[in-house]
Amino acid sequence: MLNQAYYDKTDEIIASHGLTQAALIPIIQDIQAEYRYLPPELLSYVASKLSIDEAKAYSVATFYENFSFEPKGKYIIKVCNGTACHVRKSVSILERLYSELGLSEEKATTDDMMFTLETVSCLGACGLAPVLTVNDKVYPAMTPDAAAELIRELRGA
Amino acid sequence: MSYMTINNRRVEFTDEKNVLSVIRKSGIDLPTFCYHSELSTYGACRMCVVEDDRGRIFASCSETPRDKMVIYTNTPRLKHHRKMIIELLLASHCRDCTTCTKNGVCVLQKLSRQLGIKEVRFENNKKQLPKDLSSECIIRDPNKCILCGDCVRTCDEIQGMGILDFAFRGSKMQVTTAFNKDLAQTDCVGCGQCRAVCPTGAITIKQDIERVWEALSDPKIRVVVQIAPAVRVAVGDKFGIPKGENVLGRLVAALRRIGFDEVYDTNFGADLTVMEESKELVERLESGDNLPLFTSCCPAWVKFCENRYPQFRKKISTCRSPQEMFGALIKEEARMDEAGDSRKTVVVSIMPCTAKKAEITRPEHFNEGEQNVDYVLTTTEASRMIQESGIDLSQVEPEALDMPFGISSGAGAIFGVTGGVTEAVLRRLMNSDRAEDLEAISFTGVRGVDGIKEASVKLGDRDVKIAVVNGLKCASEVLDKIEAGEIYYDFVEVMACKRGCITGGGQPVPIGPRTKKARVEGLYKIDKLAQIKLSSQNPIVATVYDGILKGKEHKLLHNER
Repeated sequence: MLNQAYYDKTDEIIASHGLTQAALIPIIQDIQAEYRYLPPELLSYVASKLSIDEAKAYSVATFYENFSFEPKGKYIIKVCNGTACHVRKSVSILERLYSELGLSEEKATTDDMMFTLETVSCLGACGLAPVLTVNDKVYPAMTPDAAAELIRELRGA
Repeated sequence: MSYMTINNRRVEFTDEKNVLSVIRKSGIDLPTFCYHSELSTYGACRMCVVEDDRGRIFASCSETPRDKMVIYTNTPRLKHHRKMIIELLLASHCRDCTTCTKNGVCVLQKLSRQLGIKEVRFENNKKQLPKDLSSECIIRDPNKCILCGDCVRTCDEIQGMGILDFAFRGSKMQVTTAFNKDLAQTDCVGCGQCRAVCPTGAITIKQDIERVWEALSDPKIRVVVQIAPAVRVAVGDKFGIPKGENVLGRLVAALRRIGFDEVYDTNFGADLTVMEESKELVERLESGDNLPLFTSCCPAWVKFCENRYPQFRKKISTCRSPQEMFGALIKEEARMDEAGDSRKTVVVSIMPCTAKKAEITRPEHFNEGEQNVDYVLTTTEASRMIQESGIDLSQVEPEALDMPFGISSGAGAIFGVTGGVTEAVLRRLMNSDRAEDLEAISFTGVRGVDGIKEASVKLGDRDVKIAVVNGLKCASEVLDKIEAGEIYYDFVEVMACKRGCITGGGQPVPIGPRTKKARVEGLYKIDKLAQIKLSSQNPIVATVYDGILKGKEHKLLHNER
């Protein structure tokens, strides 16, 4: 059971969008922006408020890769693995980050809740390939060493 | 009159909602997985693809018929596409057909045979997922799901429940509950309508056959079986007997051959329900308390009310359902040793319903620590037991039910169809078996296929307002209106499955529109042919009230709430 403050915040978010079923996605986007993940309890709560079947809300939330039911780290690193980045060796960057952070395809977030590592299919910055973002800040023309250095900087910050 | 040309033949059409319906009307049975006329069009399975004169390929289920259309249903390109679809579906399917519950009635199996699939060239890379065995009514095996979405749409559009939906996407897509919870952890009422439309073995009935065979083979056990009204017009389906034909006599004979010691009729239990429920209605009308009186026969409805409208729970009749009344009676008789039998008594019910499996284990359905009904077999399971025994139901000589509980009224028989309980209660309250009175009751508006039927009946100097709710989706609508004070009723019958128990989740499938109609007509015909029309005129009813039931009406026929 979540703290009452979560539900109060959710009520506030729902109020800002209006009580319409079409607002489901913007509402859960805002919740995720607030808490860096989508607490399952809040998805159910929003569904009942909007009179959407819980299974339907779950269907929507699982359709989009962006929504996460697991808490994410302070820094969300998205490594682009679109075609342009892929041919410019984004995989080796990803592998280096996995080993630096002790993460894997199954485990996306570090235990200290500092980092979440995700891959995305294209960030639309192919000219800067290979590219990654940290909390939406873009880091162009990355190399495995530069990525490792970036992690050290973020840890120190 | 508009027409289209299908495979070079002219076919006229009027208001068909899609090209598929016109094609089927013309006598070509185009295959489909995801198309059901009562559900919204989903267009996912692509089996119904057709080609037009410009070589354009489209799904006929999702295309409006237009005048002078020219289409082909079986060109080499179409055949290639259909085969490929089946091959791809089979590639990620478990394909252990011989041991699957749906063996022989699976649509995927049928179409792969029909289209002549000889080989599956692709590797199965699908991750195996665990089965959901949590429900007492149905089993979900996601590995056999072909994502046609029939269950999703039935649960949402027909039942208004929305328990199942798609989750994830692309190759990871699956049909599941919210947060992948076990069915038992959701609001699922166990009506089994998802199972009735599932083309494969992804949703099946939880089987109790083995446990019944065990009881039958134990010489120290006396096995009593009761047969629900809707079973007799459906159990013949698997034996080539015309749809809707009453095969009660044959079923009785087959059950005796299988080894059941005594074979009775749930219609007798229904007669008791009519007696008690009409008494309860009169009491509540007099006191004016706790109205409307909601019926309690349908366990899916009772569970629905508990889960979603608990504020109405106390208004549901305290009467047990017919199977429970009958079970309680048999068990009491055995406890008093009136049956003159030293063996342990086990009561089995043959029901059209999957939710009945969950009803029998509810705590209020125990008497003196004993379950009133021990096992529920659905019509489908009963068919299977008959087949397992090597009996061809169509060849069996009919036999009569055992006495004394083999006598029942026509009012009991129509319990299996929407409006039937109401009609039976009205007959009791009007207390007349004159043909014109019976006919007048049947024309009050309680019969028919509408989702919500209303009737107003004069009892004494009072107009009693009645609603008959046909399908769970309409239940929410009626309850919301009652709650808002927009509408008032004295008596509300709710049946979770559309058209009543004859389309129950445990009935033999497929249950198309013609089958439904034939089963409804079958039950009304039984009533027409019955010499006893009123439950109160059933002589055995009077006997048990003076005998076993004396002073124990409440203990045996009602639930404590």
